[in-house]
Amino acid sequence: MIHQSRSSSRGLWIQTVATVALLGVSLALVFFYAPLEAEQGFLQKIFYVHVPLAIVSLGAFVVGGLFAIQQLRTRSAEWDMRSCAVIDLGLAFAVAALICGSIWAKGSWGHWWVWNEPTLVSFLIIILLYAVYRPLRRSVEDPERQARFASVFAIVGAVFVPLNFIAVRASSAYLHPRVLGASSQLPGEMALTFLVSLAAMTLLFCTLYRFEIGVRRARASLRALRRRASRREQAAAAIAPAAPEASA
Amino acid sequence: MINAIAPALPLHTAGKYVAAAYIVLLLLVVVYAAALAVRVAGMQRDIAALADAEAAAEEEQ
Repeated sequence: MIHQSRSSSRGLWIQTVATVALLGVSLALVFFYAPLEAEQGFLQKIFYVHVPLAIVSLGAFVVGGLFAIQQLRTRSAEWDMRSCAVIDLGLAFAVAALICGSIWAKGSWGHWWVWNEPTLVSFLIIILLYAVYRPLRRSVEDPERQARFASVFAIVGAVFVPLNFIAVRASSAYLHPRVLGASSQLPGEMALTFLVSLAAMTLLFCTLYRFEIGVRRARASLRALRRRASRREQAAAAIAPAAPEASA
Repeated sequence: MINAIAPALPLHTAGKYVAAAYIVLLLLVVVYAAALAVRVAGMQRDIAALADAEAAAEEEQ
């Protein structure tokens, strides 16, 4: 057990170093390798942080739904914890993507927000949807029911995310450039830089997820220890007054 | 259409927006690390309290 924990923390250390290295490589590619875009110039460099953040966050919501299916199948608290951790981190990444996108919109369109842009509004709807996830969990006290409700929510959300993506892509009026698919016109250097940035962001997410899971497991163990200690105290308190009677 | 709305910005104008976007990413990681540190510190306090209670119980016995 101790050996397993040591090898796991060593693996996490290696993963953290790899994440920092890959983020460094992706930043070097963004600023020293990828050419300036003809229309937006230097401002387009935001693309390499904004789009990977958005893709990773949407992917996280789908993964959270898959973990939730596992939770409903097995009734295991572990899968609930995983689903919750992925969704929490996904929401943080989504908010960061939204802020980056807003900064890009200000530089590019002159407005922080454009309400008639379907991609922006649909992304905001997804964020608002998942913003409800935590309050929903807290509103249910019983841990089993809480896990079940949260899982159903996560599955419905995970189905909504790709449907929303397809609906927005099918929409005709948009300002947002298409990055993925046949309509993408990224030249080779930009495509390579984008893929490395996406890999770096995915690795960053996975590393933060492992830290998050580690802390949540430790907290759960601590809670169990505290419960055991308080039960022992109660048992000791129950025995203590009985002792003089027994001796009498 | 995008060309008309958003002509290429010179570096001194675009630079602040690009810097702000990358600072958002940095903040995400820093805020997460700080939140993690706070939670770990809380757990360390709980562990210390449990250890103290354990030691006190052993002394009583």
